[in-house]
Amino acid sequence: MQDDLVRSSGRRETIAPAFFGCDRAVSTTLILVQILNGLQLGILLFLIAAGLTLVFGVMGFINLAHGVQYMVGAYFAVAFYGLTGNFLAAMVLALASALVLGLLLEFLVFRHLYDRDHLDQVLATFGIILFLNQATIVIWGPAPLIIPTPDFLSGSIPLTGGLLYPVYRLAIIGAGLAVAALLWFIVTRTRLGMLVRAGATNPDMVSALGVDVRRLFMLVFGFGAMLAGFAGVLSAPIFSVEPGMGDNLLIVAFVVIIVGGIGSIRGSFIAALLIGLVDTLGRSLATDILKLFIDASSANQIGPAIASMLIYVLMAAILFFRPTGLFSVGRAT
Amino acid sequence: MKTYLSGVALSAMLAATAAMATGTAIAEPVKIGMIVTLSGPPAALGKQSRDGFQLALDKLGGKLGGQETQFIVEDDELKPDVAISRAKSLVEREQVDVVVGTIFSNMLAAIFKPVVTSDTFLISPNAGPSTFAGKNCNPFFFSTSYQNNQNFELLGKYAEEQGFKNVFMMAPNYQAGKDSITGFKSNYTGAIADEIYTPLGHKDFSAEIAKMSAAKPDALFTFMPGGMGVRFVKQFRAAGLADQMAFLSAFTVDETTLPAQKDDAIGFFGAGNWAPNLDTPGNAEFVAAFEAKYGYVPGTYAMQAYDTAMLLDSAIAKVGGNMSDKDALRAAIRAAEFTSLRGDFKFNNNHYPVQDFYLLKVAKRADGKFQTEIEKKVFDDQGDSFASECKMTW
Repeated sequence: MQDDLVRSSGRRETIAPAFFGCDRAVSTTLILVQILNGLQLGILLFLIAAGLTLVFGVMGFINLAHGVQYMVGAYFAVAFYGLTGNFLAAMVLALASALVLGLLLEFLVFRHLYDRDHLDQVLATFGIILFLNQATIVIWGPAPLIIPTPDFLSGSIPLTGGLLYPVYRLAIIGAGLAVAALLWFIVTRTRLGMLVRAGATNPDMVSALGVDVRRLFMLVFGFGAMLAGFAGVLSAPIFSVEPGMGDNLLIVAFVVIIVGGIGSIRGSFIAALLIGLVDTLGRSLATDILKLFIDASSANQIGPAIASMLIYVLMAAILFFRPTGLFSVGRAT
Repeated sequence: MKTYLSGVALSAMLAATAAMATGTAIAEPVKIGMIVTLSGPPAALGKQSRDGFQLALDKLGGKLGGQETQFIVEDDELKPDVAISRAKSLVEREQVDVVVGTIFSNMLAAIFKPVVTSDTFLISPNAGPSTFAGKNCNPFFFSTSYQNNQNFELLGKYAEEQGFKNVFMMAPNYQAGKDSITGFKSNYTGAIADEIYTPLGHKDFSAEIAKMSAAKPDALFTFMPGGMGVRFVKQFRAAGLADQMAFLSAFTVDETTLPAQKDDAIGFFGAGNWAPNLDTPGNAEFVAAFEAKYGYVPGTYAMQAYDTAMLLDSAIAKVGGNMSDKDALRAAIRAAEFTSLRGDFKFNNNHYPVQDFYLLKVAKRADGKFQTEIEKKVFDDQGDSFASECKMTW
């Protein structure tokens, strides 16, 4: 068995350099594909982080249950797809349901927590995670579910070098960019956006100027929940829909809003793409780059470990140089 | 969570009647405890085991070896501490004669000591770690499944036989993942296009799939159990790679994941000791009865649990229901005088099975459900590679 390991690592070294040297056409395309993959991950992160950063930034409210809203969006998509058999119809219904659920949670639970300290908010929203995760098991069972990729977005398109890229993932990037543009328009060009920006900077002053901050909060909250639900719907055809699927993404979404600057939509957009790219390129290249310096079997051990640390290293570095994140909104304390 | 098959009261009444009639010692019912995972996403596997064992028990009229049987099911929740306390409760409080468990190797490691040190038989209906196959083999432990590495070794052998020159390997970054790749390599001598370890519970395989696409291997070897397998198969198919390379996998496309993978997994290869369409005596009836009762396609987990019940039935009949003579019971289990749904079955010196292994292929049945089907027999009467380290002889 030991011999096998040695033999295989011997073989590997003859192959690894081809990746960077001889076959440059393939490796540039490969990097292009990985950049697309990174953008697509970044877009999904952005959809989740946008709501989170608004809720945290505007209301100063820590909502751990935001990842659950992503999960619920995906489950709604599965349920409505089962009823209608049409992806677009399922998406519209799922978005509406995610919005309703978000407003309902705000009405029943969250609005009673705005004036409490962060520990109470964390405990209550963590309770909601446990409750909704179990509820999905009771309703849909523990096994992973999936919905098929819609026909008009299935298949893949060839890129240069014979590599294929799935159309659906390009559609995710497109949809995410459209949402980002819409958000940019709302936040910078409308009265509502102005209030949101003002609320993020100085909520007390906004309230003093006669704006119904409670209603503003509720709107922001419902909209954020819907965006997370949208990310869930988009990911249902490529990821398996299962209980707890939002829990890991929530952690990364927090990294995104911290890197981007809490309360800043622009910051979370840039940070989400940055984190998506760093994570994806790290995972695909870390091991290969290490192989140039150390032997292959050690690289296989260390590479994945480094790759999974990269985004946190990035966050630490950004916090060191810019403690309030890349695009701080300059919140009044 | 407990399921009492024949109520305690009923058994006690029967025993009392029997005692009054004959004036002999009270015949206790046989007690079987099962510990499997019944919560969280892997619950589908434990459910198969429980239902498989239950089906056998129903077929035997609620009796094993002609003895009234009490069947108690516990959920280990995939947490070692929970598994230990459930095992202790079965052994100490319920005083079961046999513990059947577990699904996962780490759960088996947790309950192994409390069960076997109390001289209670432990039979694994699925978990088959190397830990208890070699020098730590135990007179009170049996496995009716396989040794984990065998499925990986089978795929390596198949790749070698097919003359694959270049194989891309991917597994989760934990012990079982690394074992899978070591197992595959033990029979495969061709080149390795790349060897990737992903985080456990990985979501988005796009980066890995792009590398596969660029490396253009003859085949992909992967081990992606549970939800990871569902996501990966879906994404692999969507990327259009299914037409470009053979898909060789273990524990990635099986009856527990196929209901979610559906058409995306058709034509992909798996490995195992059985498939629903295996042509052995009684197998077709088993599959039909299982589906009629539970409404889903049985996988190897259900088959192994069913076989475990049948094995116990044969052994308990052989000792005439006397569960206290452990040596006699052990000899009766070793004899394995039952008809396994998988055909050839006997125990190796380490109490793991000697059996045939097959390359499996995913297919869609006429009724629209999905199952793995026998493609080719790769190993005949195969024991595992750790048996020689086991000092037990019999």
